[in-house]
Amino acid sequence: MTSRELILGRLRAALGATPTTPEAVARSYRPAGGAVDLDVLVHRLTDYRATVHRCSDGEVAQVVDAVLGGRRVVVPPGLPRRWLPDSVEVLTDDNLPTAEIAAADGVVTAAAVAVAETGTVILDAGVDQGRRLVTLLPDVHICVLRTDQVVAGVPDALARLGPDRPLTWISGPSATSDIELNRVEGVHGPRHLHVVIVPA
Amino acid sequence: MRIALFVTCLADTMFPEAAKATVRLLERLGHEVVFPQDQTCCGQMHINTGYPDDALRLVRRHVRAFAPYDVVVAPSGSCVGSVRHQHAMVARGAGDERLASRAEEVARRTYELSELLVDVLGVTDVGAFYTHRVTYQPTCHSLRMIRVGDKPLRLLRQVRGLDLVELPQAEQCCGFGGTFAVKNADTSTAMLADKMRHVLSTRADVCTAGDASCLMHIGGGLSRLRVGVRTVHLAEILASTEPTGDPAERARTGGVTA
Amino acid sequence: MSEIFLGMPATAPRGVGNLRGDEPFPVAARRSLADAQLRRNLGHATATIRAKSAAVIDEVPDWQELREAGRAIKTDVMARLPELLAQLEVAVTAAGGTVHWAADAVEANRIVTDLVRATGSDRVMKVKSMATQEIGLNEALEAAGIEAVETDLAELIVQLGRDKPSHILVPAIHRNRAEIREIFLREMPGVDPALTDEPAILAAAARRHLRRTFLSTRVAVSGANFAVAETGTLAVVESEGNGRMCLTLPDTLITVMGIEKLVPTWADLEVFLQLLPRASTGERMNPYTSMWTGVTPGDGPQEFHLVLLDNGRSAVLADEVGRQALHCIRCSACLNVCPVYERTGGHAYGSVYPGPIGAVLSPQLTGVEDNASLPYASSLCGACFDACPVMIDIPSILVHLRAQHTAAYRSDHRLPSAEAVTMAAAAYTMDHRPLYEAAQRAARASRFVGRRGGGLPPPLSGWTIGRDLPQPPPQTFREWWAQR
Repeated sequence: MTSRELILGRLRAALGATPTTPEAVARSYRPAGGAVDLDVLVHRLTDYRATVHRCSDGEVAQVVDAVLGGRRVVVPPGLPRRWLPDSVEVLTDDNLPTAEIAAADGVVTAAAVAVAETGTVILDAGVDQGRRLVTLLPDVHICVLRTDQVVAGVPDALARLGPDRPLTWISGPSATSDIELNRVEGVHGPRHLHVVIVPA
Repeated sequence: MRIALFVTCLADTMFPEAAKATVRLLERLGHEVVFPQDQTCCGQMHINTGYPDDALRLVRRHVRAFAPYDVVVAPSGSCVGSVRHQHAMVARGAGDERLASRAEEVARRTYELSELLVDVLGVTDVGAFYTHRVTYQPTCHSLRMIRVGDKPLRLLRQVRGLDLVELPQAEQCCGFGGTFAVKNADTSTAMLADKMRHVLSTRADVCTAGDASCLMHIGGGLSRLRVGVRTVHLAEILASTEPTGDPAERARTGGVTA
Repeated sequence: MSEIFLGMPATAPRGVGNLRGDEPFPVAARRSLADAQLRRNLGHATATIRAKSAAVIDEVPDWQELREAGRAIKTDVMARLPELLAQLEVAVTAAGGTVHWAADAVEANRIVTDLVRATGSDRVMKVKSMATQEIGLNEALEAAGIEAVETDLAELIVQLGRDKPSHILVPAIHRNRAEIREIFLREMPGVDPALTDEPAILAAAARRHLRRTFLSTRVAVSGANFAVAETGTLAVVESEGNGRMCLTLPDTLITVMGIEKLVPTWADLEVFLQLLPRASTGERMNPYTSMWTGVTPGDGPQEFHLVLLDNGRSAVLADEVGRQALHCIRCSACLNVCPVYERTGGHAYGSVYPGPIGAVLSPQLTGVEDNASLPYASSLCGACFDACPVMIDIPSILVHLRAQHTAAYRSDHRLPSAEAVTMAAAAYTMDHRPLYEAAQRAARASRFVGRRGGGLPPPLSGWTIGRDLPQPPPQTFREWWAQR
């Protein structure tokens, strides 16, 4: 007998001969489709120590310049080049060695979805967001978000996303509550998170 | 209204003043109180210590004693909690479905004192008079098992002469927990120490609650400290009235436990 | 024949893992209670997290509805566990992962050790995981010559301090900043001797210390917060980014997951991703959540193994009252509100699962007699039930397990325990009114015991440690009633 058969047999024995009727799950919590309030998103992002910039698409390069001008910046291959000022040294991730990404000063990406209520941006590894490690190793992450990517709550976000891509949900910079249960920003992930919100 | 008193074994044996006060209060409000003589103990201690088989006979006795009455009241949130949430479970565990449904019947008609007053009789001002600085400990089973909410506080706020002061971290357990207090005596004492610290910080001279058991615990600790803060059951405060000049009456309305 | 026997639900084996303590709870608790620094650290930390959690739960208008949905989804999972596990296996395999089944801790440790050996690596990095602590994986790896590096800050503090975890979420909750600084100064190679006890400075020291490990270790071991049966997706919820490092940088990822961590559908995550952070760290959302399905070509580990762990869970499932303990999503809210945990800390519970949930989970995983003192480590105040985001009725399970313990004692011993004799006698007395009334009169005689209870036998003598006995009244209520 394999362990698989053993475990499944144990579980069937535990549940008994008579199959339990499936539990009807009452989903009376707020469903997807709530109204999006951008101010809530900004408040929640800021509350967890992300820096929020609101500007036009054409002004994104200025924000990147202000934050990372003169520095080395990793970008995913599909990132719109108009967001990058001349003042940054651009490293496009076409399978760059990990050490090179780790040595970069910052990373600029787009996003897939953002959740207003929780102050979360979600990356789904699309061509303008890149491999998961590019947003992990550099110390500064600038994430450009279109207003039509913002949803009200968690149910909306899951409805827009799928399991076919790896997902990274980001709510503020890397943090820990491990010392006396107080939140402290800045452990292993990027210690600085900038969210640039542009009109759709 | 005809109301059966579920006295609880602890109040019957150790804290009769709380039970006597319950009778006086309800009679003053114009109700008839009856005392089913066959009642003894609801069996909560047995159930909570792991002896539901022993508790079964006590559940059966309790159900038999109170089945004939439309309204039952107990000056204890904990014992009402056991009747409401444990009696039918014990009966079912023993395979006695008939007893379980009778227990549920009795449970539906059983109320803790503040529930009876506020929800059933619809009063918050019971005409009480009690000139003390009082803090209220919302015992765990009143708070979280039967959810009396702020009913005891609403009753206390209407008591003339009473200075009600809020107890810090009131919702934390005092550490009694039945046999917990002896099986885990050190932890229980540590919890009690914090509860007493909070009681003393209110500078109240009386700590009240709806459960004689928790009051016995807190009172036992305060007595050891010799700080002069007394524990008095909620029923005794609500039963107290303005002294009329009659010395016997005055002695009764002091609200002091025997 | 043997199939029927082997197919019976089994508890976690002895001699491996960390589910059993060396001493009963009251004995271990006495030591913790005497540690003033520990009491202060725990009091401060639990009060902080309670306030944070209450504030963000208040923001959510449908918290009770989410709790109810969480409870119902987990009830459904338990009822369909065999079917959902098989579905998960198919989905993970289709996405390029490999699924392993571990009946107990011994088998899980062997599977992981063999997988690491096959990579040729002698070091693994770990994301904080209760399942791997439960089975004693680090000890097993060490015995096989493989170094296991804990990367969660609190786990690192525990590992460097050669300490034991004392909280599900914050294993070093018993340490304050000054103690953490001392551990780092003593144990962290190359640490700046001018290190202060500022939490941000301490966190930065951990960042520097682990960076090289993250970039050079080729195998990682993680747990999982959720697994979606329908899609094969795994989710890890974390704060620091160490989880993301372990889940994306190595070539090989091994995830060890208790079989109860399932949710049926992708959409079910919408319930738990709202419940967990607010109940757990008191955040609207934790800083990082990673979700992956099998292997993604060109992104992250190209080899993924999922180890499904029973280790006593089937025995928990077999108990209709106790099985709801398997609904636990390891948020630790019940620890943070528990007045017993707040004063004794986690070590007193002996098991890796401390606090109220530990007091119901550990005895069920091991069989109640191997953790017989834990169901009694509660005053049944009910704060845990109210705090639980999936509405596990912990007090009722505690009471249920107490009855299991007394029944087990009865069947294991020729003579009943003194307590059982007392309880039976008390029940008999209280079921006979004349005897009850006689006992009441006898209680009055205890007026002569004195308020400090001199001469009382244990355990009753425990009462008078810090409290006086009440003085029995001159007249019982029923005597008064009879006279009026």
